[in-house]
Amino acid sequence: MPEQVRAGRIAGSILRYGVLLLVAAVIVTPVAFAALGGFRDAPQLAANPVGLPDPWIWTNYTDSLTSPSFWIQLRNSAVVGGISTVVVVLFAALAAFVLARREFPGREVAYTVFTLGLLFPVTVAILPLLILVRDLGLLDNPLGLALPEAAFALPLTIIILRPFFRSIPMELEDAAAMDGCGPLGFFFRILLPLAKPALVTVAVLALVSSWNQFLLPLVMLSDANNWTLPLGVTNFSTQYTTDTARILAYTTLALVPALGFYLLAERQLVGGLTAGSVKG
Amino acid sequence: MNGPADMPAHSIPAELTHVATAVRPRTRTRTNLRAWGLAGLFMLPALTLYALFVLFPIVQAARYSLYDWNGLEAMDKLIGLANFQRALSDKVFLGAVGHNALIVILSLAVQVPFALAIALMLNRRFRGRAILRLIFFAPYVIAEVITAIVWSLILQPNGLADNLLGSIGLGDLYHPWLADPSTVLIALFFIITWKYFGFHMILLLAGLQGIPRELEEAAAIDGATRSQALRYVTLPLLGPTIRVSVFLSVIGSLQLFDLVWVTTRGGPVNASNTMAVYMFDRGFVRFQFGYGSAVAVILFLICFVLALGYQRWVLRRDTEGATTYA
Repeated sequence: MPEQVRAGRIAGSILRYGVLLLVAAVIVTPVAFAALGGFRDAPQLAANPVGLPDPWIWTNYTDSLTSPSFWIQLRNSAVVGGISTVVVVLFAALAAFVLARREFPGREVAYTVFTLGLLFPVTVAILPLLILVRDLGLLDNPLGLALPEAAFALPLTIIILRPFFRSIPMELEDAAAMDGCGPLGFFFRILLPLAKPALVTVAVLALVSSWNQFLLPLVMLSDANNWTLPLGVTNFSTQYTTDTARILAYTTLALVPALGFYLLAERQLVGGLTAGSVKG
Repeated sequence: MNGPADMPAHSIPAELTHVATAVRPRTRTRTNLRAWGLAGLFMLPALTLYALFVLFPIVQAARYSLYDWNGLEAMDKLIGLANFQRALSDKVFLGAVGHNALIVILSLAVQVPFALAIALMLNRRFRGRAILRLIFFAPYVIAEVITAIVWSLILQPNGLADNLLGSIGLGDLYHPWLADPSTVLIALFFIITWKYFGFHMILLLAGLQGIPRELEEAAAIDGATRSQALRYVTLPLLGPTIRVSVFLSVIGSLQLFDLVWVTTRGGPVNASNTMAVYMFDRGFVRFQFGYGSAVAVILFLICFVLALGYQRWVLRRDTEGATTYA
């Protein structure tokens, strides 16, 4: 009997590895295809898209890396992402603090209004947003992207932060109050340092969603000097439709910062997502 | 319990009334005011930003939807609900609604169960688990635009997909996946699953790790088989997480835009139009701001009603009693 059980286990784990490796292959293939495709030229890519490039062609990558537009778009994406992340994390943390730790009439109503924001995608509001941003004089301005992005990221950020803030013991706040530390002092000197893992998670999430945002820049930016990477990549791909290898090189380069950042922050991102989600 | 007659008893929780004195109401109002002031001060930045860039545009969209307006000239042609009538009788728009519905159904029938199966496989200790988890979640951080560009090159005629099919002897399956109206939605759904199943897998994996091992062990001792333990112990306990995953999946499918816009622009011949693509096309490409806003309002109402219903009848069970176990 134990022999059979053991055989069954081994068969089960072979099956599991088989399925998981197949899925992993499907995930990795497009990325590998793009990265390797950038080292081919168009005829090579048409003749044989599988396997290693032969010969390796570097010009697609070097051309993109030496073109100023790639670096301008990278910088624009970083500026917008940076502003949007700082604004949403700071504003959401302030709000989540009182929503988590203070009793006041209308608290749950305020919280519900914020959570309803999960249902308002940028898509639904995009037409009026254009008019609003235009009236504020923020078209073709990083703020015209960063502020709406931060506003639309508020709901999720508050939802993730509130349980974290709530789990920090009340005694700590009482003790701080006794030592003459007001609410603002407690917030900045004690709560924020203690909630650092949660803050890192929401910051990573906000940065990733700003970095990947496509619709807002598509609508708000006309001057190519203000384009962010998603917009730049799309335009590049329509500009060089026939030169697929070149598109793949540019796309791969645009992909590198996000993937690199993910590898660095994976633990925080995955850890924080899981902690927030279970509580709904 | 015999408090002074002027005391508004309803404003004081029952457990406090026995210590209440005549001064109590005034200090309570004062602390109430102070609590309000502090809360207001801390929430002010977030509320301002949220009201200006989220709530106000939604209200504006509702207003625009009543006008015949191109977004440039003065908005003075009030036409009532005519925009809504037009949308609801436009075959192209109704087709887009149908495509969204199909994506929702496929997500629930295929993507979430698939993510669950993978999460169950990853929910034990074995060599390589961490790296697999890292790989499966990675597409989530890749921009939809980049995903769209790479996949449309893979799926184009004579692209990588055809080559791979040929190399394993399935050359007969060569297909212009994104250019054929009958396969375009399936192809898009495949790309969506590629990008988003890892996100659901992570949610479900977290839920699974919150379930105490002892429960499954106890079931095994009582003579339950693996599948019985899964069916009667694990899945019911995972209920709340599955429901969150289902909810996010539905809302995401209804709002699909970037991927479709970059791969097909809703084509060929509207075969992959979604509500958001249709709205963008009418609003920004054809400058029908009023009509586009009406479409946006319909999209919003569909999300809102679904979410409210879901919250009311499904998610509610999870907030009553213990948060984690239904």
